[in-house]
Amino acid sequence: MSALGELRTLARGRPKGPPGLRSRKPRNEWVGYLFLTPWMVGILGITVIPMLASLYLSFTDYRLTRRRSPRFIGLDNYERMFTDANWLDAVGVTLRYVVFSVPLQLAVALGLALLLDRGLRGLPFYRSVFYLPSLLGGSVAVAILWKQVFGYEGLFNAFTGLFGVAPKGWVSSPDTALWTLILLHIWTFGAPMIIFLAGLRQIPRMYYEAAEVDGAGRWRQFRSITLPLLSPIIFFNLVLQVIGAFQSFTQAYVISGGAGLPANSTLFYSLYLYQQGFGSFQMGYASAMAWVLLLTIAAVTGLFFATSRFWVFYED
Amino acid sequence: MTLPPAAPPAPPVTDPPAPQTPGPPRPPARRRRHRGTVRAVLKHVWLIALAMTMIYPLIWLVVSSFKPTDTIFRNMSIIPDEVTLANYTNGWHAFADPFSTFLWNSVFIAFWAIVGNLLTCSLAAYGFARTRFRGRGIMFAVMLLTLMLPFQVTVVPQYIVFKELGWVNTVLPLIVPKFLATDAFFVFLMVQFIRGLPRELDEAARIDGAGHFRTYYRIILPLMTPALAATAIFTFIWTWNDFFTQLLYLTSLDKKTAAVALNMYLDASSTSDYGAMFAMSVISLAPLFFVFLFGQRWLIRGIATTGIK
Repeated sequence: MSALGELRTLARGRPKGPPGLRSRKPRNEWVGYLFLTPWMVGILGITVIPMLASLYLSFTDYRLTRRRSPRFIGLDNYERMFTDANWLDAVGVTLRYVVFSVPLQLAVALGLALLLDRGLRGLPFYRSVFYLPSLLGGSVAVAILWKQVFGYEGLFNAFTGLFGVAPKGWVSSPDTALWTLILLHIWTFGAPMIIFLAGLRQIPRMYYEAAEVDGAGRWRQFRSITLPLLSPIIFFNLVLQVIGAFQSFTQAYVISGGAGLPANSTLFYSLYLYQQGFGSFQMGYASAMAWVLLLTIAAVTGLFFATSRFWVFYED
Repeated sequence: MTLPPAAPPAPPVTDPPAPQTPGPPRPPARRRRHRGTVRAVLKHVWLIALAMTMIYPLIWLVVSSFKPTDTIFRNMSIIPDEVTLANYTNGWHAFADPFSTFLWNSVFIAFWAIVGNLLTCSLAAYGFARTRFRGRGIMFAVMLLTLMLPFQVTVVPQYIVFKELGWVNTVLPLIVPKFLATDAFFVFLMVQFIRGLPRELDEAARIDGAGHFRTYYRIILPLMTPALAATAIFTFIWTWNDFFTQLLYLTSLDKKTAAVALNMYLDASSTSDYGAMFAMSVISLAPLFFVFLFGQRWLIRGIATTGIK
């Protein structure tokens, strides 16, 4: 079961805790806490306490450089965001990135998974080649490469030049810079493709055979069998990819030299947060920004879960 | 519909695809077979074209790294007119510290991150999957929720604490959290795997007088090698590709990792030595590529079962 499936079951409160020992007599095994000691220290020290500290800092004016303790300023940081033109730019850029890169990447991944699924020769070869970019895509090296490929003198212009298209500085133009990053994300469709392939393999062949006997065409089979049975996996991918896309940092940082250039067109939310928190050390403001991000992600995830019963098909 | 656990009985993902079911014979058979072949060929042509397009930039990167730096953007072809290693020597010594320092720093951090994750995530996973204690359900849910927590919401206080501890510009902020099972993905992956192992094994060990730690160490750990391999490989890739935390915590040149150093080639000047930058990019991608070549089986299984990127 996927992590999200697991959460869904836990939220519904059907089986208590991980299944397995449920039938045995209830007993408190102290040794369990021993196994979980490192995790408990981590969850408190690295996650929960810093989270609470960050929430507190978000209501303060705290600049690490000034060596002064945080000064409580109420909601000022939150109000400030809505008059901060850069913040508004960052929100716009990030939303556009999430809305375009995630569905496009998943669509490509699903399309290729379908193409590769039906007993195609050379599947391991294609799967490897298509997966390779996923592995490398998060690196600084690939971001550097991307900047050169879509630069004015780059590979992409050399290619389009063959068809007589005038060269353009894709990375240096505010209209297109974000699209090069979206394209980079789509380029890494291999990982979700593999998840889709694994999911497709779980669909019993006999459903398709039965549909064929009933005279259903390819498209009908896709709509009525593949899509519903794959919908939990699509859901799972969508949620995780959206959460990840909201936090994108490396590629934008490398391509824009850490500044979100040109004209804030690649100023990802994380990048702006980094500038505020660790460039000018306005840690109160950065914390408030982080909490807005968290609440946004929680709201979007919640929305996905709430609507899931209309479009995600669970067999159980 | 759910994905199977990454248990040994699960069919290996590398299996050949299920053969196409021979449907009811429909005349005319020969023409149909012919059409099927044409369609398959077209499909392959299309797929190979796509694969080439996707990989082409990488090939271009590698080839360009061997071209004299002033010819890289003049001749885009992947057949170089002239082959040189100058970019590699120039890139290696572009900064006060040689590139080997940065590579070593990356390797060092990745190594300890792997050790930490293997040790503490497997302990936590055993605790979740095989012991019963009060609060286990809640803790498990919290663990799953941290999968969705944006790191930005903890990074500011973490930084302040690490700074107070004097850990900034050391590897500790990058390594110590790995010894606290903070990568929930791996805990989850291992929980899934352990659940797929037959419980009779534990019970047999119990009858022979083994406690939980002995069962963990002697029975479960050896059996979960595939999950451990996936964890090690993914930890390596993530650490190698990590940029944010390394950028944040490693400030002096001699502490920088390959990823952070690579970014400095872009910053260095507007008239960058592209050849040197490409050459060092190739070097920093090479370990990932080898992991890809030799660890693919674990990678693909790991992705397919947990949805790790």
